[in-house]
Amino acid sequence: MNKTFRGGVHPDGHKELSKDQPIEKFLPKGDLVFPLNQHIGKPAKPVVKKGDQVLAGQLIAEADGFVSANIVSSCSGTVKAVEERHTISGGRAMCIVIANDGQFTRAPGIGAERDDTKVTGKEILDAIKWAGIVGLGGAGFPTHVKLAPRNPEQIDYVIANGSECEPYITCDDQLMRTESAGIVEGLRLVLRLFPNAKGVIAIEDNKPEAISAMTAACSGDANISVLPVMAKYPEGGERSLIGVVTGRQLRFGQLPADLGCVVCNVSSLNAIYRAVCKSEPLMDRLFTVSGDAVEKPHNLSVPIGTCCAELLEAAGGVKSGCQVKKVLCGGPMMGIAMSTLDVPTAKNNNALTFLAEDEVEFAEEQMTACIRCGRCGQVCPIGLVPQMMAEAAERNDLERYEKKLYGLDCIACGSCTYTCPAKRPLMQLFKHTKAKIMAAKRK
Amino acid sequence: MSHIIIATAAVAVIGLLIGVLLVTVDKKFKVEVDEKEAAVRACLPGNNCGGCGYAGCDALASAIIHQEAPVNGCPVGGDPVAEKISTILGLEMEHTEKVAAFVKCSGDCENAAARCHYVGIHDCASAISSGLSPWTCDFGCIGFGTCAAACPFGAITVDQGVARVDRDKCKACGQCVAACPRHLIELVPDSATYAVRCSSHDRGAAVKKVCSAGCLACKLCEKQCEAGAITVENNVAHIDYDKCTKCGKCAEKCPAKVIKKRNPA
Repeated sequence: MNKTFRGGVHPDGHKELSKDQPIEKFLPKGDLVFPLNQHIGKPAKPVVKKGDQVLAGQLIAEADGFVSANIVSSCSGTVKAVEERHTISGGRAMCIVIANDGQFTRAPGIGAERDDTKVTGKEILDAIKWAGIVGLGGAGFPTHVKLAPRNPEQIDYVIANGSECEPYITCDDQLMRTESAGIVEGLRLVLRLFPNAKGVIAIEDNKPEAISAMTAACSGDANISVLPVMAKYPEGGERSLIGVVTGRQLRFGQLPADLGCVVCNVSSLNAIYRAVCKSEPLMDRLFTVSGDAVEKPHNLSVPIGTCCAELLEAAGGVKSGCQVKKVLCGGPMMGIAMSTLDVPTAKNNNALTFLAEDEVEFAEEQMTACIRCGRCGQVCPIGLVPQMMAEAAERNDLERYEKKLYGLDCIACGSCTYTCPAKRPLMQLFKHTKAKIMAAKRK
Repeated sequence: MSHIIIATAAVAVIGLLIGVLLVTVDKKFKVEVDEKEAAVRACLPGNNCGGCGYAGCDALASAIIHQEAPVNGCPVGGDPVAEKISTILGLEMEHTEKVAAFVKCSGDCENAAARCHYVGIHDCASAISSGLSPWTCDFGCIGFGTCAAACPFGAITVDQGVARVDRDKCKACGQCVAACPRHLIELVPDSATYAVRCSSHDRGAAVKKVCSAGCLACKLCEKQCEAGAITVENNVAHIDYDKCTKCGKCAEKCPAKVIKKRNPA
């Protein structure tokens, strides 16, 4: 039995849909749109204007402030506009729109090999910042900030997160199977920044091919090991994973670095390898297009900024005889429902899921009052009591929610909502309540 | 028989003693209350709605006495209450113009284009944070009635997907103004005859796609208005009610019928 955390749920993975399909390189035909806020922190500042010619890999918006990230163009063409557009999360943001010339001509210097044995720590961080790498697992935290904590010598674990636990998504799994050398190389580069750390690659045990590929890639390196963890949702959550690997518990407001840990998604590590050793900025990423309403679910290597509608086409469109009831950016547990496909993909998006059956709608019809069974508390990976949190949130008792029930520690994984027999929309309530408290704190 | 007499007498004596005690204690430990403050407090409606900006009616009464708040500080009571308070305090009466909440959106089921079938918590702010709302317009009324829930007077109802205010019931406390996550509600003077029923900052073409009752920012109203009361800012018309002469030319010309005559209250 592999190690795991307390709580969690076992949703149907549906990973077989896309897991073994070959990866396809997809080149979009239409315009590419780059929102300036594809990361946590301050939006980037555009450095191009309407009418400018850009090449693939060229910087189009630079980091503005400490917690911010560069954005590079992933195609060649002309800047069509810098304007407000809808983003994948349903809001609006300033975006750079580039009319794609279809050539994907690379800017000079992109792809130049660099001898990684000679690079210094500062060069590694500079290359990551230059490449605009952010946490590709979903959070989008700028990686050059994450890898420069105040206490580098106190970091004793660098965890490569390969525990892709969200149903339907298989892009990290396939990346680990095909780019294992790049991931291990990226991990070695990160380990160079932390002299006292050892590398642990945590992979869920439902990905045996990825485990064997990664074990082979890191064999002979005493400082790096592969740790198979139990396949359970949300194993890939930063907190759960730190708990499983090190036994340390992260609290709200704490960063992993405070507990001597740095957690990086495997795709971020591969991007670090490509940025440092191949001089390739973050231009494309693996993207899962899956769901029971898609003709050909599989993984695509997609230039960032591609329109979601083109991705559906690339996956063969909607399955004949099927009707798409729900589209999710991400998977069904933590994904965001989308109302239009006319939005661009961003760095931190990793999947589109098309469902023929909307299970949530079904649940709303069956919703009853809370029956106080306590199952939500049993599955909460943080150890919170969602039932009491919901009660406080509904009464708008924000102080109790925050101080007595530690509601801000909620990671919005949705395990409580998934398991609730009364079908109550707990996660949405917690997300909203958390946002309300944070907004009040900012005032 | 004697038992009854003894019991009655005992109760009467105890009652008398307690009475005397209470009277002495009351006289000796009397808490000085400003009579005027109590009188002012009695005039106030007592809803504790907070529309005045103070923490309830007691706090406002004390503020009025200390001349920190004007005699017409209570928006709910309006002129009648202000008059009573000014008589008590011997201050000059300050007239307030009656205002009422007004929803600057008319994108109802007939006019607005539907975005999606929303499933989840029916609360406007919740819907916005989830990135979804029933209507395509990013600026219009969501229609889940967060304002109606906030109204202590039951003046707001959601009809056809848009919040509507009953001006007779509205006491202008401003709770709905603070509650609306899209900032669509404004306190408008009752005397205002014409008002703009749209808040979209999108350009005309984009508005037309999502709502047939949206301001196109064509500026026809601005050109028509002889009093210079209308300005189009951020792609939406604004009426300055102080300058408006109620001629109605703007409403006549408005192609989208966004500027409409209001029903008299």
